[in-house]
Amino acid sequence: MKRYGIGQSVPRFEDSRLLRGRGRFQDDRNLPGQSYGVVLRSPHAHARIVSIDTAAARAAPGVLAVYTGEDYAADGLGMPKATLPRKRPDGSPMFAPQRPALVVDRVRYVGDPVAFVVADSLAEAKDAAELIAIDYEPRSAVTDTAAAASSGAAPVWDECPDNISNIVEKGNKSATEAAFARAVRTIKRRYVITRVHAQYMETRGALGVYDEGDERYTLYTDCQYPHRVRNMLCSTVFRIPESKMRVVSGDIGGAFGSKGWQYVEHRLVLWAARKLQRPVKWTCERSEAVLADEHGRDSVGEIELGLDGDNKFVGLRLHLIGNIGAYVGSDRNLLVPSMMIGTAVGVYDIPSAYALVTGVLSNTSPTAPYRGAGRPEAIYLIERLIDDTARELNVDPLELRRRNMIPANAMPYQNALGCYYDCGDFLANMDMALAAADYAGFPARREQSRARGMLRGISVANAIEQAASPAQSEFAEIRFDTSGSVQLLMGTKNQGQGHETTFKQILHERLGLDPGDVHFTDGDTDQVAFGMGTNGSRSTVVGGSAIYLAAEKIIEKGRRIAGHMLESAATDIEFAHGRFLVAGTDRAVSLKQVAAAAFVPARLPLGFDGGLYESATYAPSKDTYPNGCHVCEVEVDPETGDVAVVNYVIVDDVGTVINPLTLKGQIVGGIAQGLGQILMERVVYDDTGQLVTASFMDYAMPRADVFSHITVKSNPVPTKLNPLGAKGAGEAGCVGSLPSIMNAVMNALEPVGVRQLDMPATSDRVWKAIRSVAKENGK
Amino acid sequence: MYQFQYHRPKNLAEALDLLAQDGDAKLLAGGQTLLPTLRQRLAAPSALVDLAGISELTGISTKGELLSIGAMTRYIEIIESPLVQATLPSLARAVALVGDPLVRNRGTIGGSLANNDPTADLTAAALAMHATFVTDRRSISADEFFVDLFETALEQGEILVRIEFPLPDRAAYVKFRNPASRYALVGVFVAEVHGDIRVAVTGAKAKVFREHAFEAALQTEFSAKAVKGLDVGTTGLIDDLHASAEYRANLISVLTRRAISAAMIGSHRGA
Repeated sequence: MKRYGIGQSVPRFEDSRLLRGRGRFQDDRNLPGQSYGVVLRSPHAHARIVSIDTAAARAAPGVLAVYTGEDYAADGLGMPKATLPRKRPDGSPMFAPQRPALVVDRVRYVGDPVAFVVADSLAEAKDAAELIAIDYEPRSAVTDTAAAASSGAAPVWDECPDNISNIVEKGNKSATEAAFARAVRTIKRRYVITRVHAQYMETRGALGVYDEGDERYTLYTDCQYPHRVRNMLCSTVFRIPESKMRVVSGDIGGAFGSKGWQYVEHRLVLWAARKLQRPVKWTCERSEAVLADEHGRDSVGEIELGLDGDNKFVGLRLHLIGNIGAYVGSDRNLLVPSMMIGTAVGVYDIPSAYALVTGVLSNTSPTAPYRGAGRPEAIYLIERLIDDTARELNVDPLELRRRNMIPANAMPYQNALGCYYDCGDFLANMDMALAAADYAGFPARREQSRARGMLRGISVANAIEQAASPAQSEFAEIRFDTSGSVQLLMGTKNQGQGHETTFKQILHERLGLDPGDVHFTDGDTDQVAFGMGTNGSRSTVVGGSAIYLAAEKIIEKGRRIAGHMLESAATDIEFAHGRFLVAGTDRAVSLKQVAAAAFVPARLPLGFDGGLYESATYAPSKDTYPNGCHVCEVEVDPETGDVAVVNYVIVDDVGTVINPLTLKGQIVGGIAQGLGQILMERVVYDDTGQLVTASFMDYAMPRADVFSHITVKSNPVPTKLNPLGAKGAGEAGCVGSLPSIMNAVMNALEPVGVRQLDMPATSDRVWKAIRSVAKENGK
Repeated sequence: MYQFQYHRPKNLAEALDLLAQDGDAKLLAGGQTLLPTLRQRLAAPSALVDLAGISELTGISTKGELLSIGAMTRYIEIIESPLVQATLPSLARAVALVGDPLVRNRGTIGGSLANNDPTADLTAAALAMHATFVTDRRSISADEFFVDLFETALEQGEILVRIEFPLPDRAAYVKFRNPASRYALVGVFVAEVHGDIRVAVTGAKAKVFREHAFEAALQTEFSAKAVKGLDVGTTGLIDDLHASAEYRANLISVLTRRAISAAMIGSHRGA
């Protein structure tokens, strides 16, 4: 029991398969007779299509079809549509331009799909794509977030001259204004949060099949929400019942939010497969990924803090401009950053707050959830502002945090932006992290660095994030077979997090099942009845709770069968460690024996509904709030501006820890993505809207050698909001790492007078910041 | 990748023949730049002449005060060569900074030098140590070999056979890596060969170049102090996404000082 139960560091069951090359990823899937699709993409940021000539491409060797936006429209296929009730600043409905599979007359970003070529081989499809002649008439483009929202910016859509798609407000505006009127001091800053790409190891893919006999589609694709992809394709694109489509996702080499449900290639391969009566396969190449995929983050925040005479926070206001990109293909493109802005007050007691988020259109790839989806942005803004406030007021940043932190005895706490923090001990997190990082010893280390000509900085950032939304339920099914082994079917989708291991542990904890007897299945809409998929730190919390509840049902039914087998009343049967026992006796049957009996009518009570398979569909009543404290220490070479992270400590509270090993993987991975964004990663468009970071020659990714040791400690305060007590862990590492690393850099640069710097803290930018201060000071 | 013919000649003469017959043929010398270029359809040679099977183009040896390295010698062979480690350790260290293990297992010194990438590492080594490029028909000095961006003194149909490095009294290479590509954002190779001090800079201009002002100062006094404060202009320096021209100028100064210090504390034959 102990070996596999909740809380054990069980090595991942899936690793032996994956590490030996026995996984089945998207591109590993091939079907007899399959053809190959290539997407021809716009080379312009904004242009009118004057004409498209596909004749030469259609006549090229091996070509089966060349499709354009007009073909798509002629076949009457639909488009998904955003449904969130958003408004523009004047109260009119939001402007949310739908996204066609292929554009008809206007391209709106570099990478916008224009034509789809299908051929017998990939090389033939690529050759033919080069033969498509398109006459473009370029137009003015805007890609920069602040510029897109400013007056006079080139409109991305003629129907929306100011580029403002929608606004979202949270908190109480008038109360906040009143609080600021009373404030003794106010501190205001503007911070830029860059645009990044998820850069998963496995690029996306889609393989479409149409079965003419069954009149049924099958889509093989690496996506986070197979059931929702099916729903979207059936309800808005093909307008067929969901029973007419199967979506299958195998192993996924990373997704991080960016492999959501809404990609045009899904529609294209299915549509082409039906028309051509052949499977159609599309695989995104590495050099195509930044062009083809949705991006993450990209916002500019103006944030202001009001304090009283005792340095207590009295109010917070925030205006965030979020870059939506060129289309609102679905609600997904509206989530960043407005949905998660409610934690912009952080773990601090700020009685009044108001946040306004403006969603702005631009000639860029649409943005969508990426590891945190607004949560890191919220914490980045407040934690940077607190450090800047401490600097400006010349007070200790730790003391300022302590003074304003929500104490454990104030739980539950309703924050001023609408979030309900049910539990947590933020002060304890911080004290643990400070001790583990030897914060007290920092001045001596800084002095040692100075002696070597280096600048050393340290930071403390407290993170909290909204997780496991109650808006989405999740599904689990436990199916016994006659041998007593089990299939566990889940509506969530593993993308590398280790779901198989975590979920088998939960099942083991409840039913005592040997993990070797359990087969884990996810990602197939024909096998799994329902699912909302994996996002927002929800899989363990919501999916795991569904397992818990389904297991309860197994126990209840098993108790009745066991009672019959043991000739006792079901009420006298106890279940523990995988055995049903007549209370107070040594008479018992195992769950395996009960499962075998469940399929034999003669061993069941007369008229009993046989078999042993139970499912549960669970929705939490409220969001959970994972939280934690990050301490980061960096060293900056003032001659080159090079930043090295030299120590990193995190104390997390993700509630009940199912598996400390996989939790550590999640936390470290999240920190790695935060470090990448702060120190080097960046999607850059130039002044004409050209994408200049399409390859790894220009898009910098962190390698293992840029990391220091990362100490991961836990201070779990289990939530009472779900049967497991789990709060969610997928985004925790990332949320706090952005502010902690940036604040450590700013702390290192404090002695040389640098006060303003935005991410990414590349050596070039850090050096420039140091130099411009030196110049100002006449050095 | 577009279609092309593939040839694998057994000796230099055969390779020269193939090149002479087909003006659009390209030499394959490890392929760590060429193959990705072909895969992205950015080049369409009629044929590839793979030099991997020609033993005349490989091997490491010393001739008096010269270290000779065959053009098709792979990076990993240079790094692991006891002869290079003993006679020219600064070169072994510079080569170890090229690319990643996959590149170093396949890429060759001649392939890199003949490509003359402005951000390559070994161009700086060759220029600083005043290497000689021996081809199938002549010898070319490093000062003449690197002509312009991706352009060398090699003529159509000419094949680089080996590179001869004079053994320096002291030498060191310091590289500041581009965080994305890990090519040199700036790299500085400082070498003193028979009393002649040369400072070669890569990553900063369209091609590798010598910083003559630094060299003159070092000729007077070989110390980091000697070049401190000497102005490196921004004329001709690359200004791009990764680094401004001013930043590159700064790196040239900083890295030169660090290379000098490294060369001074290194062994007799160059750290």
